[in-house]
Amino acid sequence: MPQSLNRLKESASQTAGPYVHIGLTPNFAEIGGVYADDLGSRMLTGDASGERITIKGRIFDGTGTPLKDALVEIWQPDAAGLFNSPSEMRGSADPHFTGFGRCATDMANGEFVFETIKPGPVPYPDGRMQAPHVTLWIVARGINIGLHTRMYFSDEEKANADDPLLNRIEHRHRVATLIGKRDGDVVTFDIHLQGDDETVFLDI
Amino acid sequence: MSNRKPETGAFFPRDRAWQPDAYTPWYKTSVLRSPQKALLSINNTLSEMTGPVFGHDILGELDDDLIHNFAKPGESAIGPRIIVHGRVMDERGRGVGGALLEFWQANAGGRYRHKKEGYVAALDPNFGGCGRTITDEDGHYSFRTIKPGPYPWPNGVNDWRPAHIHFSVFGHGFAQRLITQMYFEGDPLIPLCPIVKTIADPKAIEDLIAPLDMANTIPMDASAYKFDIVLRGRRSTMFENRMEGN
Repeated sequence: MPQSLNRLKESASQTAGPYVHIGLTPNFAEIGGVYADDLGSRMLTGDASGERITIKGRIFDGTGTPLKDALVEIWQPDAAGLFNSPSEMRGSADPHFTGFGRCATDMANGEFVFETIKPGPVPYPDGRMQAPHVTLWIVARGINIGLHTRMYFSDEEKANADDPLLNRIEHRHRVATLIGKRDGDVVTFDIHLQGDDETVFLDI
Repeated sequence: MSNRKPETGAFFPRDRAWQPDAYTPWYKTSVLRSPQKALLSINNTLSEMTGPVFGHDILGELDDDLIHNFAKPGESAIGPRIIVHGRVMDERGRGVGGALLEFWQANAGGRYRHKKEGYVAALDPNFGGCGRTITDEDGHYSFRTIKPGPYPWPNGVNDWRPAHIHFSVFGHGFAQRLITQMYFEGDPLIPLCPIVKTIADPKAIEDLIAPLDMANTIPMDASAYKFDIVLRGRRSTMFENRMEGN
């Protein structure tokens, strides 16, 4: 027998369930007085530099019905492409921008909304530049393991055309599922869990 | 946090055979909420190797005490008092320090404090059901709560959830983001639960069951359960392909 690798196995995921708000956005769930604010409810903590934008959208199930009990988290760099993270070795990110947002989808219409800034570009591991993008992570009742995806920007056509990840998508018509539609300061990004327009989800 | 240099490499790929499938029709809600096309498998980039890390400044004094954090002054939540403690590690067995853990659960009668909750069991006016803590530099954590009750849920006509506590975990990179559930040793509902059975590997299920830990009970106060959590590990060889030096 060779030596053992002595690795542990990652804990198995379980659904966030219908009551995810109690734990992750208790103020939204009307459990007041425990935490001052819901984590990730403000991404700008001061005069962050960069272009202020609003990202909004809905998540649709296989019948086209919006999920009203989902939770979305986003993670992105600042306007200069730096992450507010201890693992960021390339420089110091804007101290007034957390890069992390969390939003429960609206219980009436299913919409999520993030007030953020447009991210700067970040290099791919081989040194090529990626197009500006926001990382999303989606959990909900009926989702057994959180879904990773990305939103790119419709006003970055040239950068999107050269993006290493977008270029890995074999069925080219599916690239459009990762492009947020920009109209002024608002970027709309709808997510489809199934169907012809199923969003490209990532094993990353 | 320790003075250990932060690790910045890519994370090990997720073992998708060990993790639950998206489509598990015995858990009915998954049928319309499971992606049907293959995931796009791709190596980590900086967007996933980095992640938000939270400081103790976000924590309130009672955030790790669910018995008291929603209770009126001088009162406490009803139910068996327990300590839950353990260690957050990565797949290399290294403790993950500074990891934010958030928990939520039903009260001792199996009832959640939520407007969408329909179970007839009583609310406990002194129990909110949420808490959070941050691991120490070796990855250890603990919190105080009451043991949640099992409850019926609309899936099959007579499906019951075993007693459980939901855990949300942040590691050091967004690729490690995880939500899971902790079950209690000896609960006969565990092997019957459609949500537990979304996990195919019996060993992966066992890893979510916390044993009673008599060595860490507080006499005449609280019993204890130990629950370790494992997050994805990072590559650590000097040949890692990255922009900055190792």
